[in-house]
Amino acid sequence: MNTLSVYSLLDLVIRRDVILAMRRRADVLTTLIFFVLVVSLFPLAVGSEMDMLRKMAPGVVWVAALLASMLSLGRMFSADFQDGTLEQMMLVPQSLSMMVLGKIAAHWMLSGLPLVLIAPVLGLQFDMSGDALLVLVISLLIGTPVLSMIGAFGAALTLGLRGGGVLVSLLVLPLCVPVLIFGTGAVTAVTGGVSAAPNLALLGAFLLMSLLFTPWVSALALRISME
Amino acid sequence: MLEVTGLACARGEHQLFAGLSFALTGGELLQVQGENGSGKTTLLRTLCGYIQPSAGEIRWHGKSLRELDDEYYANIVYLGHANAIKDELNALENLRISSALSGWAVSDSVAIAALRRMGLRGRETFPVKVLSQGQRRRVALARLLISKASLWILDEPLAALDVNAVGLMQEILGEHLGNHGMVVFTTHQTLEVAGVATRLLKLS
Repeated sequence: MNTLSVYSLLDLVIRRDVILAMRRRADVLTTLIFFVLVVSLFPLAVGSEMDMLRKMAPGVVWVAALLASMLSLGRMFSADFQDGTLEQMMLVPQSLSMMVLGKIAAHWMLSGLPLVLIAPVLGLQFDMSGDALLVLVISLLIGTPVLSMIGAFGAALTLGLRGGGVLVSLLVLPLCVPVLIFGTGAVTAVTGGVSAAPNLALLGAFLLMSLLFTPWVSALALRISME
Repeated sequence: MLEVTGLACARGEHQLFAGLSFALTGGELLQVQGENGSGKTTLLRTLCGYIQPSAGEIRWHGKSLRELDDEYYANIVYLGHANAIKDELNALENLRISSALSGWAVSDSVAIAALRRMGLRGRETFPVKVLSQGQRRRVALARLLISKASLWILDEPLAALDVNAVGLMQEILGEHLGNHGMVVFTTHQTLEVAGVATRLLKLS
């Protein structure tokens, strides 16, 4: 019997998923390009009224981030499910929840983090102020991992089902609504001259809650879908 | 030692088998036989713990499977229909990751030796996607060589293998049984290990 420490297990799973994604870069770029395109289309379609753009900026960026993260959910477990590596992961003397957490972390690094990094550039198109941009980045930094974690739960539940892609959106989007509300709320607060701290604190609470429950629940869902 | 008593399994409404009992001790080879759809794969997956049996019990060294978990998983290796190798990685990386996950990280030289024994000399660092079906199966089988598990559960291990590889598998199984290992397998081909009587389990 040889159980790895939590740290080396996470390291192993994250490294594996990142290497796999780097050998298939198109998938990672799709999410990012989708995000950039959706956000950039709004100023073109709505016109150049600065006031309106400034007002809608946080909502547009957050909705685009939410949809972009939905786009990449299908890949989180399905490739491993199809080639049999997922069932092998259940047969090793390691914690499945921790392996799921590693996969979530890798998924966020590949589909959430790039969005966070590019968001300030996109925010400039909406003439956002420096403060607003900073809060937008912070809210995305706290919020996108929550989207990955809730998404992992949905992806695990719908694994191997026909039409799983649509089903996972139906399942996950309603659960992501609070993240969306407090994420955009933080930016709106700071542009309105109020502190963004309460909104960010609530986002942080969501992050901790999902960190505690989603890896465990997703692991249970994966075991069910193996039957 | 693996003991199965009164095992029953159903898929949906359909009862696949019931009242199945057998025991397996070190050095024994058990072949599960049956027609297509008779529940061979279901039985093997039940032994792995993927499927909860509708009745009966599986015991490993006297302890029920429900209580064991990690202790049991450290002692089995399962090879299913899927090869469980990633197309984007090369054979060596595949072996390195699966052995690290199982908790027995092996050095590259051991992994390369296992791949060479499986007849993949010169292919160790090729991406798996350029290998043929038979070669992929050989990569999957190389996992057996570096595993320290005592119970091997093999579902159609000979699928896509050529005559030489089948001979090699017989040899590898013989060594494992010689070390007091246990093997449960299904196959539609003939697989006999010299000096070991194959026990048969018929599902109908």
